[in-house]
Amino acid sequence: MPELTRWLAPSLLGGLLAAGALFPALAADETPKRGGTLFYHMVSEQRVLNPATRASNGVYEITGKIVEPLIDRTYDGYVGVLATEWSSSEDGKTITFKLRQGVKWHDGKPFTCDDVSFTAMEFWKKLLNYSSTLQQYLEAVDCPDPHTAVFRYSRPMPLSLLVAAMPDLGHPLPKHLYEGTDYLKNPHNTAPVGTGPFKFVQYERGQYVIAERNEDYWRGKEYPYLDRIVWRFIPDRSAAAAALEAGEIHESGFIGISMADIERLSKDPRFDVGTKGYENNVAHSTIEFNHRNKALADIRVRRAIYHGLDIDRAIKTIMRGFAKPGRGPIPSAGGINYTDDVKVYEYDPEKAKALLDEAGYKPGPDGIRLRLRHRPAPWGEYTQLWAEFFAQSMREIGIDVTLLTNDAPTFLNGVYRDHDFDTANGWHQFRADPAVSTMVWLRSGAPVGTPWSNQFGYKNEKLDKMIDDAASELDPEKRAKMYHEIQRLVMEEVPIIFAIEHPFISVTSKKVKNHHNTPRWNSSSAYDTWLAE
Amino acid sequence: MLNYLLKRIVQVVPVVLIIMIGTFLLLKLAPGDTVDALVGDMGGADPQVIARLRAEYGLDQPVWVQLLVYMKKLVQFDFGWSFVHEQPVATVLMSRLGPTLLLMLSSLFFAVSIGSVLGMIAARKAYSLTDNVISTLGLIFYATPSFFLGLMMIVLFSVKLGWLPVGGIQTIPSFYSGWDYVIDVAEHLILPTASLSLIYLALYMRLMRTSVLEVADLDYVRTARAKGAGGARLMIHHIARNALLPVITLLGVQFSTILGGSVVIETVFALPGLGQLAYQAVIQRDMNVLMGLVFLSSVLVIVVNFLIDLIYASLDSRIELS
Repeated sequence: MPELTRWLAPSLLGGLLAAGALFPALAADETPKRGGTLFYHMVSEQRVLNPATRASNGVYEITGKIVEPLIDRTYDGYVGVLATEWSSSEDGKTITFKLRQGVKWHDGKPFTCDDVSFTAMEFWKKLLNYSSTLQQYLEAVDCPDPHTAVFRYSRPMPLSLLVAAMPDLGHPLPKHLYEGTDYLKNPHNTAPVGTGPFKFVQYERGQYVIAERNEDYWRGKEYPYLDRIVWRFIPDRSAAAAALEAGEIHESGFIGISMADIERLSKDPRFDVGTKGYENNVAHSTIEFNHRNKALADIRVRRAIYHGLDIDRAIKTIMRGFAKPGRGPIPSAGGINYTDDVKVYEYDPEKAKALLDEAGYKPGPDGIRLRLRHRPAPWGEYTQLWAEFFAQSMREIGIDVTLLTNDAPTFLNGVYRDHDFDTANGWHQFRADPAVSTMVWLRSGAPVGTPWSNQFGYKNEKLDKMIDDAASELDPEKRAKMYHEIQRLVMEEVPIIFAIEHPFISVTSKKVKNHHNTPRWNSSSAYDTWLAE
Repeated sequence: MLNYLLKRIVQVVPVVLIIMIGTFLLLKLAPGDTVDALVGDMGGADPQVIARLRAEYGLDQPVWVQLLVYMKKLVQFDFGWSFVHEQPVATVLMSRLGPTLLLMLSSLFFAVSIGSVLGMIAARKAYSLTDNVISTLGLIFYATPSFFLGLMMIVLFSVKLGWLPVGGIQTIPSFYSGWDYVIDVAEHLILPTASLSLIYLALYMRLMRTSVLEVADLDYVRTARAKGAGGARLMIHHIARNALLPVITLLGVQFSTILGGSVVIETVFALPGLGQLAYQAVIQRDMNVLMGLVFLSSVLVIVVNFLIDLIYASLDSRIELS
């Protein structure tokens, strides 16, 4: 039904934008009510509740309410939580944080620079995924006084990079509970102690996690508004949608229910459905090429494949309009580092076929020019459907794509260790700054077997140098220009197709107030959330 | 009796060992290990972190070394540590055993009891309208996939009518204790048990029906009827005991299969049971939990089969425990 889908997505998007614009105005008029229990839906269980050993959304959604970072991101920019000020020296090798005074851990002990120094050196640098690359040049964290932390680096660290990484990768842990213990087996990894608005109460495996109000919260006696938060693990997405409708859970985030249910509930007056609150959690759907395959090493073939993809159609049918075409490795949520002044590949199957002819891949007697084996990442609806869309689109231009089914470890090994694939599609999350987890897709030199890195057999020395220079450029303006150049080069060469950028989607009951009021709301502390019921 | 029990245990030990070694090697054949699955969950990691984790979990050793280490621990009844759950395996298994056993036993109980009664009724009125209705209903429930039945029941009873909870094993946060807690859990188990038992009910119904029709033709039944035994007494006192034998056999076999079938129901209803645990253990390549589960399942199946043998011997005096 092409006519229906043509007006459905824009009107849906338009309606959501209008609702989004109205919403802040409504919320501001109501006075927060104290009390109540908020129920979150968790589709999978992370099992470790320590944001300083595990950097993942599933962990933040729970621990973000209990353990706070130094800096958080709001719609007004980066705001200090456990830090109040930050500055860098001229040479960029010393970054100083002033820490908030009068903050106590949930067990009553004071929060000081010792906690920050300990966590940075033992966890952020050594154990926390993505953080260990970020902090690899961290030499020491000095404490000239209990409320000043001085980070000393052996190479220049751009302040904007560190600040952008702090909301996810900057959670201090209580030194007095971790020092001298086996860090990975410490019982507080599943019973976190933090400074946040909610105190951990109970973790019942396979069922739920409960946290209750911290009566001594540093923001003041009036916060948090909620009495209690419960996170319920419901692995079946249809059952979760039923739970939302029955009023047993208030919010399902990170696309926790199926897209069909999301679309259905977006028309239900009891729910707010949208991407607001996920601006810090944007991901790309990609097509990754194994450059060891002779055909895919030819830039004309890769460009032909890009021309063979009707991105707008995919956005309408798979993401139901909650997405935008990608313009390179850095998504539009990348702030000043983003540019869309790049080469664009329009959907043009004839041009695709011409390019393939030019590259020497003419159709055989069965109409097939090229055969490819494709590995889809098994993370969710988008990746599966996008893989099928890719296979169908390629058939139109004479490329036969075989989809291999695999679970998570098989996929990771198949692509990143054994390189047993021709094309693959993944879900690449952008973590606030390109240097955190995005450039590693393009830079050569990652050891074999490192997941989510350049294991594609692609090496471009010019690009490598640009990436390294940008990672240590201190001037934010100059740095942004460097990333624009990288964006342009990647769109010229297309070593990977960053096809579609999409934030996550939440379905929230309208009873929840002040929801999704920061760009990383689901990972943040919910100190000002309240329930109207 | 004790001799018999001991003999059975001795016979069973090599079987269990073979199953466990086989499972271990099979899982090792699957590409990827615990750390890969963990990294997949986390959304990425750097090579240093990954290498560190592998060393920590002993996964950088060759396969036969890992097997030996595991077997050595097993003979001391040390089931090891689950890196996925961050708990000893024994704790993980024990905490999940309850809901699964409860679900399985209640489903089988209802399936067997209601199925047998319906089978008896159907046989009594063989080829009549009642018989056809019962058989057709049985067929419908048997053919319905368990996840579909479960979800449809949720939509009807939880969302539309609001009578029963959507999922989980208890209301949270709940501070129930004693009888309130029991009633709360029972309420949460109504839908899952109904879904699971409706499917198996059909099997027992058909089997009982056929069995009763067969037994009803035997000489001793004709004699009893000639002696004046009426409908109900004939059925319950004379026929049922013998007709039940095939049903009991199926029950023994089904116990093992229902453990696998519970994965779907446990997932749909978010019950923290062994079925879901097994599925997760494979996806996460949690070797220790999977091995522990296989051991536990083997023990359960053996115990159940032993009990079935005892029931046989008591039902049918021609059968003797040797």
